[in-house]
Amino acid sequence: MTAPAPARRKGMTRKQKRLAVIAGLAVVLAIATALVLTALRDQIVFFYSPSDVTARDVAPGQAIRLGGLVKDGSWVRSGQDNTFVVTDGGMDITARYVGILPDLFREGQGVVAEGSMGTDGRFTATNVLAKHDENYVPKEVVEALKAQGEWRPEGGQ
Amino acid sequence: MSIELGHFSLILAFAIAAVSALGGLVLWQRGDRLAMVLRQASVLQFVLVAVAFLALVQAFVVSDFSLALAANNSHSLKPLIFKISGVWGNHEGSMVLWILILVLFGALVAAFGRRLPSDLSNLVLGTQSLLTAAFAGFTLFTSNPFERLTQPPLEGADLNPVLQDIGLAIHPPLLYAGYVGFSICFSFAIAALVSGRIDQAWARWVRPWTMLSWIFLTLGIAMGSYWAYYELGWGGWWFWDPVENASFMPWLAGTALLHSALVMEKRNALKIWTVFLSIITFSLSLLGTFLVRSGILTSVHTFASDPTRGLVILSMLAILIGGAFLLFALRSSSLRQGGLFAPISREGALILNNLFLATAVGAVLVGTLYPLVLDALTGTTISVGAPFFNLTFGALMAPLLLVLPFGPLLPWKRADLVAAGQRLIGMAALAIFLTILISALGGVSISLAPLGLLLGFWVTFGALAEVIERARIGRIPARESLRRLIGLPRSIWSTALGHLGLGLTVLGVVSVSAWETEIVTTLNPGESTELSGYIIAFDSFDQVAGPNYVADTGRFTVTAPGGRTAQLDAERRTYVASGMPTTEAAIQSYGLSQLYLQLGEPLDDTHVIRVWHKPYILLIWLGALVMAGAGVLSLTDRRLRVGAPQPSRKAVPKAAE
Repeated sequence: MTAPAPARRKGMTRKQKRLAVIAGLAVVLAIATALVLTALRDQIVFFYSPSDVTARDVAPGQAIRLGGLVKDGSWVRSGQDNTFVVTDGGMDITARYVGILPDLFREGQGVVAEGSMGTDGRFTATNVLAKHDENYVPKEVVEALKAQGEWRPEGGQ
Repeated sequence: MSIELGHFSLILAFAIAAVSALGGLVLWQRGDRLAMVLRQASVLQFVLVAVAFLALVQAFVVSDFSLALAANNSHSLKPLIFKISGVWGNHEGSMVLWILILVLFGALVAAFGRRLPSDLSNLVLGTQSLLTAAFAGFTLFTSNPFERLTQPPLEGADLNPVLQDIGLAIHPPLLYAGYVGFSICFSFAIAALVSGRIDQAWARWVRPWTMLSWIFLTLGIAMGSYWAYYELGWGGWWFWDPVENASFMPWLAGTALLHSALVMEKRNALKIWTVFLSIITFSLSLLGTFLVRSGILTSVHTFASDPTRGLVILSMLAILIGGAFLLFALRSSSLRQGGLFAPISREGALILNNLFLATAVGAVLVGTLYPLVLDALTGTTISVGAPFFNLTFGALMAPLLLVLPFGPLLPWKRADLVAAGQRLIGMAALAIFLTILISALGGVSISLAPLGLLLGFWVTFGALAEVIERARIGRIPARESLRRLIGLPRSIWSTALGHLGLGLTVLGVVSVSAWETEIVTTLNPGESTELSGYIIAFDSFDQVAGPNYVADTGRFTVTAPGGRTAQLDAERRTYVASGMPTTEAAIQSYGLSQLYLQLGEPLDDTHVIRVWHKPYILLIWLGALVMAGAGVLSLTDRRLRVGAPQPSRKAVPKAAE
């Protein structure tokens, strides 16, 4: 197998070097794995429909994505302050967002909002996701609406 | 007529590719005569696919709406440049562009690879043809771009307005050139595994192709990032969106490959790992294509969500990647390892680089695929957002950036860390001084900002250490130093510039993350507001007509702290054909910083505006440009040597076995 290095040369043998490299590799991989797992536990964001939020009793302050349809006639705007109701047909949740809503934000259309529930049962959005296409309803919203029996495929798609 | 000609050409290219693949991979030992035939076949594939592509371009340019693709994605009023770029602004057309670049690279290998040993050449071109056949077959059978309409409409349905931008003309071709270019490394890896022969000459063949692809990918990602920044109107430049990750993973793996191929070329070590990385890099490119094209992710990149296509691409991926890894598992033990070195050495530093980059690829891969897998297995919908990636990726990059400046200063085989440290001490002091100064002046808004700044400065200045030392700047007359600078080998320059570019990008990222300011406010014409010393005055609000849209335009005058004024127009466009609105942000550069202004929807004559001040944001893309420039420099250097390598006909046995 591996021949030991000549005795007078300083340093490690080839085998030891290889072991050192493998050990270093293992340490980095272990740290990385630990990091990934911790981050996956703490940093992922769950997607909830209004019914899920009610059923699961989501803790106030926990980051979630809330998805559903913007309820007709619910969008109230004063300056940059927006409130609207997200519905999945079963449950409604009032959401508040300060800022400029995406171009395709419309009543009766699908929406995904990132943010958290307040203690008053209202949702505060930090970000409202833009859609890229007028026909596009986020996949999660479609699933949520199907779960509530509210999904009506529109023509054209 | 030309459309049928294009269709026929693509079919012919598919057939030739299929035959070449079979010939190259089965009869590769047949030597020079087969090599000549395969080379000609590769060039022919390119010519045929080019004809097919031009046929599509022609149909789009003359607005021939009898072509279903043009009818669905074009409009006669579109400016010419968007008519042309619209060819690949859809699923079918983008696949044709993908294949065009694939066969272009094949033809380039055929043209520049005349000195390749014939068996290697046969295997490389055979594998390349196999890829062409697979993707041309996929395009022809599941997403035919040449479909005709029996009753052509008078007007086209227009292209998604977000895509009607110069970005579409540049970003996809660059990105594809990067993605697809790695297919050459893949083909070379397969050739090495099948023939069982791999040596330094192999690495010398592979490295320029890796470098070329890497340059394109770097530019493509940077361009995509800048495009998203100015077009989407969210003010962000990177979202850790799965589609972005799909392009970022091959970039990370390709960067690792560049470095490991260097070790192989210079020291004949890391052979198996280099072959493995070559396969991984292109597999990640294919995975990117799959993620983007299959419709399992919803984003601006997803043109069609036809599930059968996703399934076909997935099976192709499984066969190509699975086959490659099977081959690797069976044959890699036949590749001989060589090249002894101490852990503290240039090789050791490059291994460390590979270790961190490969681990980072793993982390990004987990974050990208985990939601998809979880959704498929349990039905739970989650999103893995920026916090996950910032934490894991950031934690992996910090140590890499910390050791990076040492790498180029360490000699091959065995090195002295203390000696390298002494050469860097001045740069370290400068980086620490600047970090303290800026943190004191700018205030520390996020706790990690000083660490980020320190790493950015450290990498930026550390990159220059070797150049400065070699030119003996400050120790000999300036003219003599300049002469030495010019005379430095290009490889030294490209290393220094490549690392310098990375440092600049890091500085830009840190600066924007830590010191960006933002304001959202209601403003009426005649009123003004203030952000970070900039006075933003809302002058007027008008309706303006564009070629295929109408726009609400807000005109603003911005007065910079120095008193300089600039005119900014922010628009909200509504496209005539689709009725889709888009926001066009107004962006004004002040040196490397930018002011970014977005106009909201009007309500009862009041307007919401959102303004960001983004300090030194341009460094992010400037750094990428410098990195790509360093790559080009390295390529010009390589040309001098690439002509020379002669492959060793027999494997050189290593002493210490």
